[in-house]
Formats: sequence, C-alpha cells, structure tokens
Amino acid sequence: MLLAILLILPLVGAIAIIASPAKHAKWIALFISTGIFIYSLTLAMSFEHWTDGQFGLASEKPFQWFEQFGITLSVGVDSVSLLLVMLSTLLMPLCIWGSFSAITERVKEYYGWMLAIQAAMVGVFIARDLIFFYICFEFTLIPMYFLIAIWGGENRAKACIKFFLFTFTGSMIALAGLLYVAWQYSISSGDWSFDIAQLTTFASTELTASQQAWVLLALISGFAVKVPLFPVHTWLPLAHAEAPTAGSVLLASILLKLGTYGLYRFILPMVPEGLLYEVTLPLVGWTFIPLQLIAVLAIISIIYAALICWVQDDIKRLVAYSSVSHLGFCVLGLVALNPLGMQGSVLYMLNHGLSTGALFFLVGMIYERYHTRDMDKLSGLSKSMPVWAFFMVFFVLASVGLPGLNGFIGEFLCLIGTFVATADNTANPGILGPWYAAFAAVGMILTAMYLLMMVGKVVFGALKEPTVSHDSHHKPLPKDLSIREICVLAPIAVLCLYIGLQPKPLTDAIQAPVDEILAQYPPIVNRYHASQSRPDDFVLIQQSTEPGGAN
Amino acid sequence: MADKLWFLLPEIWLFVGVVVLSIIGLSKSKSLRDSLPFVTCFFLIVAFIMTPFVYSADRVADAPLLMPMLGKYVKMIVCAVGTMLALLSVGLLDRPLEAAMAEGRTRFDAIRVNRGEYFAFFLLSLIGVMLVCNANDLIWLFLALELASLPTYIMVAISRPSSKAQEAAVKYFFLGAMSSAMFLYGFALLYGSTGTIVITELRDAFTDQTLSEGGLSRLAIVGMILSIIGLCFKIVAVPMHFYAADVYEGAASPVTAFLGFVPKTAGAVALILLLSTVGWSNHHGFNVDGLPREILTTLWMIAVLTMTLGNVGALLQRSAKRMLAYSSIAHSGYLIIGLIAGPPFGLNAVLFYLLAYGLMNTAAFAVLAAFERRGQEIESLDDLAGLRRRYPVMAVVMAIAAGSLMGMPPLLGFAAKLYLFIAGMNAGHVALIVIAALNSAISAFYYLKLVALPLLAQSTPQSETVIPRPVVWPRVAAIITAAAIVILPIFANQLIKASNVANSIEQSALLSATDDLSLVEKVEDGTRH
Repeated sequence: MLLAILLILPLVGAIAIIASPAKHAKWIALFISTGIFIYSLTLAMSFEHWTDGQFGLASEKPFQWFEQFGITLSVGVDSVSLLLVMLSTLLMPLCIWGSFSAITERVKEYYGWMLAIQAAMVGVFIARDLIFFYICFEFTLIPMYFLIAIWGGENRAKACIKFFLFTFTGSMIALAGLLYVAWQYSISSGDWSFDIAQLTTFASTELTASQQAWVLLALISGFAVKVPLFPVHTWLPLAHAEAPTAGSVLLASILLKLGTYGLYRFILPMVPEGLLYEVTLPLVGWTFIPLQLIAVLAIISIIYAALICWVQDDIKRLVAYSSVSHLGFCVLGLVALNPLGMQGSVLYMLNHGLSTGALFFLVGMIYERYHTRDMDKLSGLSKSMPVWAFFMVFFVLASVGLPGLNGFIGEFLCLIGTFVATADNTANPGILGPWYAAFAAVGMILTAMYLLMMVGKVVFGALKEPTVSHDSHHKPLPKDLSIREICVLAPIAVLCLYIGLQPKPLTDAIQAPVDEILAQYPPIVNRYHASQSRPDDFVLIQQSTEPGGAN
Repeated sequence: MADKLWFLLPEIWLFVGVVVLSIIGLSKSKSLRDSLPFVTCFFLIVAFIMTPFVYSADRVADAPLLMPMLGKYVKMIVCAVGTMLALLSVGLLDRPLEAAMAEGRTRFDAIRVNRGEYFAFFLLSLIGVMLVCNANDLIWLFLALELASLPTYIMVAISRPSSKAQEAAVKYFFLGAMSSAMFLYGFALLYGSTGTIVITELRDAFTDQTLSEGGLSRLAIVGMILSIIGLCFKIVAVPMHFYAADVYEGAASPVTAFLGFVPKTAGAVALILLLSTVGWSNHHGFNVDGLPREILTTLWMIAVLTMTLGNVGALLQRSAKRMLAYSSIAHSGYLIIGLIAGPPFGLNAVLFYLLAYGLMNTAAFAVLAAFERRGQEIESLDDLAGLRRRYPVMAVVMAIAAGSLMGMPPLLGFAAKLYLFIAGMNAGHVALIVIAALNSAISAFYYLKLVALPLLAQSTPQSETVIPRPVVWPRVAAIITAAAIVILPIFANQLIKASNVANSIEQSALLSATDDLSLVEKVEDGTRH
C-alpha cells in the first residue's frame, strides 16, 4: 500500500484539478506533486534494501485482475527502481513549476495530464507484474500524446502521431514477446503467472537459446523505440522539438529511461542466451551476435546523432539529438556485461535525466522570451542574461562530462566497462572491447564539440537578440531568469554537483542489483568465447551447451 | 418441453413487448408515440433483471442444452447493450412526418408511421439473438439466426428517408439471403453426414466419426466449412465482409451501431455452438487437440485475412461510418482468435470481447448519432473536427471509444484484447498473436484520427455547421457507455468469471465421454495415423 499511494495520489490530484476552477489548477498540481516528492523521500528514508539488491515495500495483498492468468497489480522496488522513482517524483514538481508562465490555455487539462503521466511513470518503475508494467508503459503514451498535441509547437500534429505510432507499434510487438514467455512458463509450470521475478528466472534458465533470441527480438523492438536506438530514433527529434518545455523534460528525463530500464529489467536478466545466440541471416548468410548488434547500433546512435547535432541550428533539436547520442552510451554500458559498465549505465540514466532535463528547461526559458530557438538569431546572451548563462554553461559542462560534475562518472564508467569487456576479464568477461570503446570515445569528443560550440555561439560572443513583440495575454517575463525559474534549476544543479563529487552512495546502491543480473553471464560468455576460438568444435559445443536440447 | 420454455421467459416477455410496441406505434397521441423507445428500454431492463432468476441453479441442472448457462450471459449483455441502442434510436424515425403533423400540414396516418414497427423489429432481432444461445438443434439455430437478421433488413431500410438506406437494405438483404442459404446448405450436409440435427447428438456423432475413421467425414467437413462461411456474414468476416462498408454507411448511425453488435453476437454464439460439436479437447473429454485440422486452417485464414483487410481498409476511409465498418471487420478477426483457441479461455475471451465491443461500438456510433447537419446525419471524419470547442463531453466520449477500440490501457478494449491474446497464446497460436499485435498497431493509425479530430483539430467551416440532434438521449447513451468503458475494466475479473460459467458445457455429456477409457486410446490411435 505504501508504494501504491505514489500511484493513487497523482490520479486523485488529476481528478481534483479537473473538478476545481482553472486559476487554482497549477497550485493544486504543484502542491500535490511536491507532496508526492516528499512522500517518496520518506519512502526512500525508510527503505531497507539500499545495498543488498532486494525488493522492498511490496504490497501484501495486491489487487487481483485476471485471476485465471495470475495477473495482479503487485508493486515493489529495489534500489535501482527506487532511484528512478525518486528522479521522476523530483522532476515533476519542477516541471509543473517551470510551466507556470508558459502554459496559459487549457490549464486544467495540462496539469491533469501532467499528474496522470506521473502516475504512469512511477507505475512503470514500481510494477512487479508484467501486465501491470505494460499497462503503465503504454499509458505514458496518452498523456504525452496530448501534451505534445495540445501545447506543442507548429508541427505538433505530425510529431504526436509519429511519437504515438512508433511507440505503440514497438510495444505491441514487445507485448507479444512477453506473452510468449508467460505462455512458456504456463506450459512448464502448469499455471499462468505474470510475476516479473518468476518469469525472469524461468526465461533465463528454461528457454532454449533460439527461443530467447526470438523473445529478445520482440522485446528489443519495443524498448529500442523508446530508448531510442539508431534506426528507430526518428520520432524523437520531432517529438522533442514540438513538445512544450515540461513535455520535453519529461520525455528526455523519464520516458526515454523506460527503454533503458526495459533493457536493464527485462532483456538482460531474461534472455542471456538469446543475447549471445549466433544468428545467421537467411539468404545473405551473415552471422552476428545480438549483443554485438545492439552495441553497434548504440555506437551508431552515439556518433550519428552527434554529427547531426553538429549541424543543428535549432537549440532544442540539438539537445534532443544529444539525448539519442547520450543514451547510446547508456545502452553500451548495459551490454558491456560487467559491473562497471552497468553501474555506469544506471548512473547515466539518472544523470542524463538531471542534466538534459535542465538543458530543456533552459532552452524553454529562452524560447519563452525570444520565441525562437534558432542559434543564428541568438548570440552573446551572457551579457543580457548572466544568470541564465551561468546555468547554461554549468549544465552543458555536466552533460559533456566534466570531471567533478555528474555526467562524468556515468560516461566514464560506461566507456571503461566497454573497454574491459573482453574475454581476458575473468570475473566478468564480455564481448565488446577496446575497439567499441574507441568508437564510443569519438562520440564523447563530438559531444564536447557540438555542445561547447553551441555555448560559444549562444552564450558568448557579440550580443544578438531578436526583437520580440509581446502579445498581450502573456505576462512579460523579466529579462534574466525570475526567482521561480532559478528555483526550478537550482535543485537540479545542486544534485549534479553532489553526484559529481560524491557518487559513492549511488554506486553502492546500484552495485547489488547489477551484480545479481550479471551473475548468470560469465559461463555463457565464456562458452561463446570458447566456441569462437575453436571454430572446428563449434557445432559440438553449441549442441552440448544448449539447455533443454534442441527446441 | 416445459423445461425449455422456462428458459425462454425473457424472450416471451420481450415478445409481449413487441406486441405492445406495435400497438402503441399506431396511437394517435404524439406523446404515446414518443414514449416508444422508453417502453423498449423498460422491456429490456425487466428482461435483464429477470434473466438471472430464470437461470437458477436447480433449473439449469437438468436443462437439455449444450451450454446451459450461455443464455444467462448472452441475454444479459444483449439486454444491457440493447437498452443503450434503444436510447440511440430516440427521435430517429418519422421526423419529416412528425414535423408535418406538428405543423398541421398533414393528419395522422397509421400507415405512414414507422416507429412502432421499428422498435418492434428492434426487439424481435434481440429475441433472435437470445434464441440462438438456447438452440439445441440446427433448425432452431437457423430460425433464430434468421429472426436476428430479418428485422435488421427492414430497420436499415426505414432508418432514414434516403435512397442510400434503401440501397443498403437491398444489398444487405440479398447478401444476407445468400449467406443464409450457405449455412443452411452447410447444416443440410451436417445432417447428411450424421443423420441428426440435435446439437448434443451431433457432437456424439462427430465423436464416433473421429473414433472410427480417424477424423471427420468429408461431408461433415464441407458442411461445417460452409456453415462457418455463412456465419461469417453475421460476424462480418472475410469472405462475407463486402457488404459492411456500404450497409453501415447507408443505414442511420443508431442502426449501424445495432448492426455492429446484434448480428455479430448472434453469429459468434452460433459459431461457439457449432464448433463445440466438432472440436476443442476438453469439451470432448478426449484428446483431439483443439479443432479438426481443416476447420482450424479455415478459421486461421479467416482470422488473419479479416483483421488485416479490416484494418488496412479502415486506413483508407474518409467517412467515419465506413471506417468504423472496417474496424468492425477487424474486430471480428480478433474475435475468431478466441474461437480458434477454444474453451475455456478462448470462449471466455469471445464472450467478454462481445460485451466490450458492443459497448465501445455503441459509444462511437452514439457520438455520430448525437449530431446532424440540416437534418442529415454526419458521416465524414471532417465533420468531427474541432468538436471539443462546442461539445467537449462528446469529443471526450469519442476519444474514449476510439482508445478502447485501439486497445489502449486501461480501457475495456485493452482488457478484452489482452485476454483474447493470452487465450490465443495459451492455445499455442503464436504466429496468430503476433499478426494480431501488428494489426493492433496498424489500427492505432486510424483510431488516432477519431481521437485527434474531435479533441485536437481546429474546427472547419464544414464542421461548424454540425449541430446536435434535438433529442438528448443519444448523448446520454454515449456518456453511459463511455463511463462503462472506463469503469468496467476494474470488474473484468468478475465478467470473465461470468463468461466462464456461460460456456461451461453440461456435466453429464462430459462424463459420458471420459469414462470410456478404451475410446480415448482409440482416438489417440486414430489421430496419430
């Protein structure tokens, strides 16, 4: 029940907002979201499993939905989920407060949807039942669709449809994959269950490698769209650029994490054999390992998106593409299959949520003042807006990965993890290695280049401001940031600095669950390496090691 | 005989309603004539309340039916959705005539008023559906199916004063007659193959055939496939789906909503009864592994083609009614997954899906039925543009209905679809589920239009001319159904339990099939060869 309040409270709040007059909407929303944040803080304080990787705060008597199939609405968190829950509950009041001046029409609906999406996001992270997870995962689409479609920019109609269709298609396929796992479980145990823990254990131990590969294909098409990885990333720049500021912040900070969280929570623990299953494409006869393919796609995302950022004039699109690039690192860290990489990756999820969220806030603040995001029209803003310029430089540096700020530790760990992910690493062998790390590092350099170039253009140099005619129904904003806007950014900045200087508590918290996921990998990876080094015996080894025999 | 009559009490009660309605329809008093839809609702609600008492445990125990409790569930959902459909039809009929009478341009003429007939036929068609689930022989089944369909032909024709409606009715009638001929022919072949028309005996005869010949006789297979294809007309599935777009477009929206639910329910229930005579392992009590292969393949192909054609067809439409017609086809495709999967989950899924589809379909058409332009009903999607600005509640109802049809959690459509998918998966039809999932993704594309146009688009000069119908009841029905779509998922488990009881087969038959172990071995031998 403790955790369920996190779900129920925002929904109650949303209804309260719809029922109350429009002028109170934003205050009710702020009040409730702050309350939720404080509540989640107390939950975090009382949480007992920060370092042992266990799940806590589970509901004792979860609501039974389809009893015949064992579908329940059960909840529970481990340290990683709780951190992500904290991230979303922290950002929500900031998002709501940050949109006080930007949102002037259909106010009630706006704040109602904001609280609805909060419920869905928290639901994804606390769900311990597959169907419950899926319901929340899908439900994030609806509020985001409306946030983009109603309060978005000029191109919003196209943006929201593209966003919706990409994600919906992906998650329908993922659903089929998840149902397949549950069905296999029901065959072997005689009873249906959608309990995530049971299904994960079952899938990783009982399914054959080829079955796991199929499940992997289904799941990755759902989660890769959300991350997004290279070929299916095209919805993201459009959605980000058209969404209202708070929408972009939520999209970048939390919703993209649903994809990497899916990789972390489902793909890695569920289908270890599938990730290392040798796939031969029919007709062309190319063979590859899914794990390698994902890593390559992640590196393509890193470099390709960074190159796009380089030639971007629109600041918001630049930050959006930088998310694609950054999440590439995150995925790369996950598939490195060692504690360094995975810890780095989970840290990266949090850090990216903070720094990119802040960057979107900053871009939104500029847009509110000048009604443009074109870098050619803006220059030297440090002279007119010193406070804004300070935050801009701060968060860009955090995003680039300056040591001492939060971005560094995650990115560094991901790269180190990738670098050492070789057969020689006896404790946690991987199949990536220095070459992958080298290419990813190129992306790191590119990141520094495009972000610092953007800063050089927009923040420094000769002052150039577009003239703005203020429309009557917007209250004119102060030239530099208002107290409210500073208050929105300051907590994020403090956290960035804190995590940058003191990452130990976080890495400690991430350690245990990561180790648990990784425990099953070394034998599988070693087997793979053995088969690679002795190609003659490959067939033999493949046959003898496949659990459960051929199909 | 008396046993059987007892279960027909709701039908008999509704037949009283038919008589009452046709008499009231001839009344000179306008207020009496205006009360027709509400009288219809009254009869339906009483039938709804009556049904659970009729199906009391002691009565059901010795009922001579294949699925004795099926009637309870089907009759209750038919009465519930039927009440909503009756509300949609308020103020639909005789509008020019009533207006002329109100202005004193013409006098009351009993020959020219259609309202009494309309609602009488309305109830007759519902009686037909209810009778289908009581069927225990093929003749009864045929007559019940015809009773469900025949009134709808007339309802389409008189639903609006336009040649389009008459054209639709003629198309509908001829194709309907052809389909009836088809499944009647199929029934005849089934009789030829087994020598009986009683459904429980048919099942035993097919069991014997399977035992002695290792499979159904060819005659039986041809008969069964013909019956299935004929029934595809009722549930709007490939290859008998051609009429849907034209007929749905031609009929007035309340009638279209009726067509989307009532014949589909009749067809689906008839298919459940027919298929349970030939297949599904646990209904037989011995291992025939679902349906016979030929019938399984036929249904599999029908399912895939139906959902794909329906969804792709819907993508291309500019008319809201045609789009919903194709969506109705697509949903039949999903429905067949449940029939393939078989009991208990598959049939639960079918029965649950019928309720869910009935509600969301009614909600969507209720919004269309709530508006008009210069006395003509709205058809084009563009007419819905910017509905939110003037009629926010109706725009929200349309969005809820479309979201539910799409299968968006946490709405009723999602619960129904999820259950259906799990049931299909449980029966091992992975490919079918993947195809259905992809189809759901395709369907999002056009259902999004129904969300986006009313809620998000700017109104156009064309859509500005749309005004609400002078009666409030279609809007009331829209709100009630939308509320049900939002609230019922919470009770999905209870609904599934009810449908589970509904498709459980009579105990004695199950026992008689299982106690003979030698039979079971023989069958396993037979199926192996």
